[in-house]
Order: sequence, then structure tokens, then C-alpha cells
Amino acid sequence: MSIVLLWTDILVWLLVIVLLVWGRVISRSPQVKKQWHTIFKSSIAMASAIILLFYLLFTLLDSVHLRFAAHSTASNGQTVQYKGDTVSLLDLIFTHNLKSTERTYSAPFATHEYSKSVVVDDKGVTRQAYLPLKHVSRNDDLLVKSFYAVLLGILIGSLIIVLHLFWQSSGNFRELFWRNWKAESTLPWRTAYLTIIILAVLLTWLYMLSFDYHVLGTDKVGGDVLYQSFKSIRTGVLIGILTTLIMLPVAILLGVSAGLFGGWVDDAIQYLYTTLSSIPGVLLIAAGVLSMQVMMDAHPGWFETTLERSDLRLLFLIMILGITSWTGLCRMLRAETLRISQMEFVTAAKAFGVGKFMIILRHIVPNLMHIILISVVLDFSGLVLAEAVLSYVGVGVDPTMYSWGNMINQARLEMARDPMVWWSLFSAFVFMFILVLAANLLSDRVQTVLDPRNR
Amino acid sequence: MFAYIIRRILYAIPILIGVNLITFMLFFMVNSPDDMARAQLGAKQVTPELIASWKEEKGYDKPLFVNHHAEGIATVTDTLFVQESLKLFRFDFGFSDANRDIGSDIKERMWPSLAIALPTFLIALVTNISLALLLVLFRGSALDTGMMVVAVMIMSISGLFYIIAGQVIFSKMWHWVPISGYEDGWGSIKFIILPVMIGVFAGMGAGVRWYRSIFLEQINQDYVRTARAKGLSELKVLFGHVLRNGMLPILTGVVVIIPSLFMGSLIMESFFGIPGLGSYTIDAINAQDFAIVKAMVFLGSVLYIVGLILTDISYTLFDPRVKL
Repeated sequence: MSIVLLWTDILVWLLVIVLLVWGRVISRSPQVKKQWHTIFKSSIAMASAIILLFYLLFTLLDSVHLRFAAHSTASNGQTVQYKGDTVSLLDLIFTHNLKSTERTYSAPFATHEYSKSVVVDDKGVTRQAYLPLKHVSRNDDLLVKSFYAVLLGILIGSLIIVLHLFWQSSGNFRELFWRNWKAESTLPWRTAYLTIIILAVLLTWLYMLSFDYHVLGTDKVGGDVLYQSFKSIRTGVLIGILTTLIMLPVAILLGVSAGLFGGWVDDAIQYLYTTLSSIPGVLLIAAGVLSMQVMMDAHPGWFETTLERSDLRLLFLIMILGITSWTGLCRMLRAETLRISQMEFVTAAKAFGVGKFMIILRHIVPNLMHIILISVVLDFSGLVLAEAVLSYVGVGVDPTMYSWGNMINQARLEMARDPMVWWSLFSAFVFMFILVLAANLLSDRVQTVLDPRNR
Repeated sequence: MFAYIIRRILYAIPILIGVNLITFMLFFMVNSPDDMARAQLGAKQVTPELIASWKEEKGYDKPLFVNHHAEGIATVTDTLFVQESLKLFRFDFGFSDANRDIGSDIKERMWPSLAIALPTFLIALVTNISLALLLVLFRGSALDTGMMVVAVMIMSISGLFYIIAGQVIFSKMWHWVPISGYEDGWGSIKFIILPVMIGVFAGMGAGVRWYRSIFLEQINQDYVRTARAKGLSELKVLFGHVLRNGMLPILTGVVVIIPSLFMGSLIMESFFGIPGLGSYTIDAINAQDFAIVKAMVFLGSVLYIVGLILTDISYTLFDPRVKL
């Protein structure tokens, strides 16, 4: 067994490290801590943040890729032969779904296939019948199973809550619990706990039933839609956050230099972003992706497996999205830097002989933080939605990659069927809607608290 | 003002050159004329001579940026980049891979695009502003809060779902309108009505929120308090003062997209089978037809820059303080 590091995996974990470091840095500043406290005082923001954390958890689970040895008897000194397919931790959790592919479409919780097929029965008569599904339980115990699943879900949820309470409290556990429960705590922990319980119950229910049924049905080639929806989380979240990660350094560097140095630097940077932003976004992305496709077709040696190929394509797509989306933030940062650099504290720092670099780091960037944060959370939901549209246009992620856009795109072709094949669309819709809604609600709150115009 | 417009148009030239440079690099660095020749001629009968003659015929035999064989200014002008850019500046888009004249295709497909985009734009503008004014009038009430929740939800759903749901409900189940298609003249109304309605609805969430925030910013200003103190009714305050003063930020966001309406909407047109520029672009992307994509990128940038100029002009019309 060996760990495979895809490019996007590296970036995701890099992002996690950056976030942790950043969290430590800001936890030292009491003002910033207070701001975050204010953000999470809203129970909507709290619930949204927890939902987003669950999505992030699935992303991270899906970002550890393993490759298993084909023969377990590989002795020392020999080069180990690896199996062709790379699996992630999420795949391991859903192994049963990966193996239980059916022949074609089937509705959620169905026991038979969606369409009739020709069969020859014992007497040699040919007729049309709905074939039973291969990997579905025959016992009629859906309710009993659901009951157990809900119980287990509540148990798991409570366990997380108890752990959190222990971590928060130092000894007076009961008191803390009642204070949180009666909503007397400064942060709305009760909402948080309820969200956790609901999510835990929902996920356990989906997971436990996925052993016996296709909870969200199967697609054209019989793949489990539930599994696809969970796999798509990584694609959506990655496009949402990595794009920002890639564009942030560029936007900050160029925006601050333009605002601070002025002169020809300012002119050049302004010219650059005016030019880029005058090209319609989708067309620039399309042009970029088309060129990338041609380039990748010309260099088949860059990747060993199809997974690596689709991963590279995802990385390029993220980069192209980053290139097209930094201009708006850069323009705002330039204007704000221009404003800040005229203020007294910067003049004072200059008079004391503080170097330009230190002025940027100590005095300018911290004062730009609210703009950066607001734009990060605002962009996230837009990018998740953009993925679906881009995949539809044909310039999105690789067609072999699981993504909500690809799910919608495939389901769209089946719209004319009667009765409709609605479950792929429905699943993509629900998974996307929850993520984007949570992100939108949180970004609203962040904007209200951090934007100085709202004070 | 005339001098100002001239100045802005002149300022647009370096930007368009920059746009050209970007598209040129995207297409020619990765997809060299040799590759294009090979793709066009087919893989089988490619000989170096054939490629050379194809390149000469299409004018692709020149060097990319610097021509070392030429003298004087021609070292820069007698290159592929300058020649291609000059063609684009004359709006001569050349021929597509299927050997159709891109320029006349664009002229033909512009109108169906506009037939969808213009009604969507106008209806959305009116409904969003009226709804936002209504919410501002009842600000803080249950109606306001409820509508804002609905607006966030509308925003959180991908536009693809609105289109699919609309087609399924209104065309497939209720048979009110045909599912897709287009014809010229007044007969097109039955094809247009559904995409327009869906477009208006899908943009409603973000639109109403945006206009509402603009109006709310105005409503706390001193002049509004003065107007109320004069004894004006809330409705008069809203229409006479808040709306008029909110006009400037609205113009900034709205006027700039008017010329781009010609470009059409990519998804809307391809879902509803409208033969406009949006579906033209999608088809080109799927067929990897670089010439068309390049033409559309250039056209889109030109229209955007025209939009910026129109925005500045509209300021002078609505705000007497602005003099160009």
C-alpha cells in the first residue's frame, strides 16, 4: 500500500496547513477574535459553518489517495506491483457501493430496474419484464433498518457533542451542558449541536441503507448515485476554495503594489486587469480550457492513470478560473491600499524609517483583511455554481470525474424519457443547494460583520 | 463630451491589443499553425509540402512576433500576430473550420440572441427594481425578511435547474410552450417566452438583493431625513429621492452589460435551441473551432468596452454634477 499524492491533494492539504497557521496567528489578536465571535453569534452562521465543515470533511477524506499492491507477497528488494486503480479513503468507506453496480437505471429504493428488458422464461417464451436488481436486499425491513440508523446517528452525534463539551469544559461538565442547552452561552452552541445531530442522523441513515438499497438510485451504467454525489463534493469544494487560494497571492501582490507604488507600476497593473476583465469570463475560460486540452492531448506522458489525467485537468481548470477571477479583488485592493497609504499611521511608520516591506506586512495587509475575507466567502458559492455550468458547456472538469455538473449533464439527456429519470438531477440539486445555501448564508453574515460600512 | 468619447475610444485600442495578445498566445502558442494544418488536412496525407502550402494559402506562414527576414518596421508588422490583429480590428473574422464566413454568421445569429436577451434584461430590470422598492418600503417587516430568505434560496440554485425544471413543467407536463426551437418574426414569441421568464426568475435573487442594498444605503442619508421632515409621504420619498439617487450605482452596474446582450446566453440558447450567438459559441467550443472562439472573445471585449463608455456617458445624463 502506498499513498498517492495528486496535485490537488497537495494543494488541499497545503490549504489546511495555511488555515491552521492563520487561525493561530489571528487567535493572538483580540480584535480579530472578537470579530469572529460576533460572526458566529448568529445561529444561522453557526449552522452554516457546521454544514460547511461536514462538506470539508468529505473533501479531506476524498483527498487521501491510496494504491494497493497487486500481490501481497512482494518481498523486500522487489519492486512492488501496484494495482491500476487509485482509491481514496472515501472510496474505502463506500467500497460496497463501488462494487454493487447494476445494469442500468433504477429509481431510489427500487427493487427492480427502471425499464423493461427482454427475457426468455423457463418455457422458452420471450417476454418483457422488469428485471430485479442484483444488489438490493429482498427483506422488507426498511423501517426497522431506518429506526436503528436513526438511533445510531443520534448516538454518534451525541458522542461528538460530548467530546466537544469535554474539550471546552474543565471539570464542570454538567453545568456547561445546561448552559449551552438553555442557550445561555455566548455562542449559539445549541443550534450547533442540533445541526450536528441532524447531519449525523442523516448521514448514518444514508450510509446504513446504502448497504441494502440504492438510496438515490443508479445511473445509466448502473453506478450508485449516492456514491457519485458524495464523490462530487470534493470537486465542487476544491473548485470553490483552491481557485481562491491560487488567485489570492496574485491579487494581493498586484493590488497592493499598484496602490502603494503608483507611477508606471500602477499603470501597468491597471492595464493588465482592465484587459483581462474586458474579456467575457466564460469565453476566456473556454479559450483557456480548449488550449489546455490541446496541450494535454499532445503530451500523454504527463500522467500515468486516468485519475491523474482528470486531476491535472482539474488543476488547470482551477488555475484558469483563478486567472480570470483575480481582477475584481485586485481592483478593490488597489483602491483600499491607495486610501490606507494616505493615512497618518502609514506616514508615521514611514517617518520612523520602517521599510516598505514591513509597512505592507504590518500596516497595509492587516487592514485589507476584511476585503479579502469577504471576497473569498462571496466567491466560493459562485465558483461551485460555475462548475456545473462549465461542465455543461463542455469546458469543465474531465467527463470521467465525478462532479455535480457532469451528473446534471448526463441526466439532462434523459429528460425526454417517460417516466422521468429524476434522481440524478435531484441528488445533484440537493447536494449543491445545501452547500451553496450554507456558503451564501455564512458569507452574508461575514459581510455584515466585517464590512466597515455596516458599523 | 465629444473629445472625451474620442479619448476613450483611443484608450480602448491598447486594451483591445492586449486582448488580442492574450487570445493569440492562448491559441497559437499551444495550437501552432502546423497543428492546425495537420488537423485541417487530415492525418493521412500530410507531407511537409502540403502543410507549407496550406499555411501559405491561409497566411499562416509568417513568424509569430518578430520577422527576422524583413527590413525596418516590417520586422514587427509582417508577422502573424500583427496581421491577424489587423484583420480582427477590421472585423474581418475569417472562416470557420467548416469554411463558413464567421462575420456573416455573427450578423445572422445576433438577432435571435437579442430576442432572448433584451426582454430578459428589461423585464428583470423593472421587476427587480420594483420588488426592491417594495421591500425597502416595508423594510424590517416580515415581508422583507421572508423575501430576503427566498432571495438567498433563489441565488443558491444553479441556473441549470431552473431551465430543466421550467422545461419539464411548462413544456413536458403542461404543454404550454414548445420545448425548444426558434422561428423568425412574431411566431418566435412562443419560443421566447419560457427562456425569458426563466432568465428573469433565476436572476431575481441576486438582483433584488443588490437593488435593495443600494436603496437602503440611500435611505439613511441626511437628505432623505430632510425630505421626510418636509412632510413628504414615504412613497414620494422613495420615488422622488431614493430611486433618483440610487440611479447612479444602478447605472454603473446595468449600462455596462447592455451592449453585451448581443452575445446572448450560452446555456439558455443551447437548452432552448435558439440559433443565437450563445449556442454558436457553445457549438464552436465543442467542435474546438478556434477561429470562432477567437472572434467571439474579440467581439465580447469590444462590446464590454463600448459598455464602459456608455456608462460614463449615461452619468452625464443622469447626474448633472458629472461633466466630461
